Amino acid sequence: MNRLALARADDALILGHRLSEWCGHAPALEEDLALANIALDLIGQARSLYTLAGAATGHDEDHLAYLRDERAFTNLLLVERPNGDFAVTITRQFLYSAYIDPYWRSIAATQSPLAPIAAKAAKESAYHLRHAAEWLIRLGDGTAESHRRAQTALTQLWPYTDELFDPITPDDIAVPRETWDTTVNAVLAEATLTRPDPKWQHRGGRLGTHTEHLGHLLAEMQSLHRSNPGATW
Amino acid sequence: MYSQGLNQPTEASADSPEQARFQARIDAEDKIEPNDWMPDAYRRTLIRQISQHAHSEIVGMLPEGNWITRAPSLRRKAALLAKVQDEGGHGLYLYAAAETLGVTREELVDQLLSGKAKYSSIFNYPTLSWADIGAIGWLVDGAAIMNQIPLCRCSYGPYARAMIRVCKEESFHQRQGYEIMLTLSRGTEAQKAMAQDALNRWWWPCLMMFGPPDSASQHSDTSMQWKIKRFTNDGLRQKFIDATVPQGHFLGLTFPDPALRQDPETGHWQHGEIDWAEFKTVVAGGGFQATDRLEARRKAHDEGAWVREAALAYAAKRQARKTAA
Repeated sequence: MNRLALARADDALILGHRLSEWCGHAPALEEDLALANIALDLIGQARSLYTLAGAATGHDEDHLAYLRDERAFTNLLLVERPNGDFAVTITRQFLYSAYIDPYWRSIAATQSPLAPIAAKAAKESAYHLRHAAEWLIRLGDGTAESHRRAQTALTQLWPYTDELFDPITPDDIAVPRETWDTTVNAVLAEATLTRPDPKWQHRGGRLGTHTEHLGHLLAEMQSLHRSNPGATW
Repeated sequence: MYSQGLNQPTEASADSPEQARFQARIDAEDKIEPNDWMPDAYRRTLIRQISQHAHSEIVGMLPEGNWITRAPSLRRKAALLAKVQDEGGHGLYLYAAAETLGVTREELVDQLLSGKAKYSSIFNYPTLSWADIGAIGWLVDGAAIMNQIPLCRCSYGPYARAMIRVCKEESFHQRQGYEIMLTLSRGTEAQKAMAQDALNRWWWPCLMMFGPPDSASQHSDTSMQWKIKRFTNDGLRQKFIDATVPQGHFLGLTFPDPALRQDPETGHWQHGEIDWAEFKTVVAGGGFQATDRLEARRKAHDEGAWVREAALAYAAKRQARKTAA
């Protein structure tokens, strides 16, 4: 099993699933379309990555998405965090995209089996990053309430950001912390938001130790597939 | 997706030189554009019809959205999400088409949320299984297409042009829905049962999407004269039934209508009595999911208020900074 592809696939699927939960409920019609669009990109990335991950063992994308339990998922804790309000969703997307966008661009330039997938994903993540950054700036520098909500979201999610930088396998590439810092600090400054300085950081997603939220997400996502073993959809 | 079905009362047109010129252009199949003179009643009718159509797209995102998080494969999940996103896109450009008639999207949304405006009552039925996603695509979108193809030739230019794109996407959705039904009906016993159950529940409401029978419909005349509407409710309903029944038989499914039979002379499929009392109840707001649908829209609107305010405040700040610089 290609553990690297599997973990990146899990990140994309779980975040894509979270965004898809917004569909029909977003603050404005334009955002319904945008969030669905990003979700579609991420689910598309997950499909390619799962296919790559399971190629050696003969597992297809649906087997990997629907028939593993939560302890077998190796996604980042950050992406399984619940949607919360729009500020939480945007902040989560921003923190993730600020890492994964340079990551895809870097790995696309290597000989990694992920490179072809990364080349396509990089184009998508560039848009995701721009969309989230623009919104974070609007929310941070919008009204007193939106500023408060954005700052709260940032403070809540920050302890899940160190995990972004952990290489998944020895041959994985790592985006330098400074790259992410440069992007994040510039946006936070424009958004008039304060960079949090938490006393601790949470880890565990890569080892299958998740927050309690993931089990519920999977229970919903996998229910129909699992209740009809062997069926073709 | 969308259904018409709600015939709008329209005023009889008075005679005036403008009116005569207007009617002559319509008779000549000219398109009426936003800055052209038009009778108030024509404008009002179109605002109502286009905004109802837009509202239907938006509310229609909810029953199908109900299955996005449970779609049984990643391929189906992506396809459903893309489809629901398309519905949102239809809503967006239909609101834009309505805005060319001098209303704002905010006013129209307020009318939806206050319960003043109607939307297609088909969306007040619940989606109870995955097969409902197939049935909605096949039947609801199929019925919508029957209604909408003629709207591509509607006399009002912006609406007609919007409908060309809507119809292309809807016909893709319809094929996608049918393909879900085909997969289910060739699948396990449980999947076949799911498909049959979905057809049983959606068939009659879909026939109602075409609106009351022509004998009970008093308001079509002006819309016909203005070429907003080109076919009668019963005519479109018949077209839908004739196209759909053989498709259902190909799936190996049965229709929940013991009176359904093909007229050997005309070839048309004749249906049993439609429960118009149910139709009236649902149109009047008594639909099974009606409370939930409106509540979901209001909740999204209310909970999104601070976001929209933030976007406006930020835009104003930016503008002020630009002016100061």
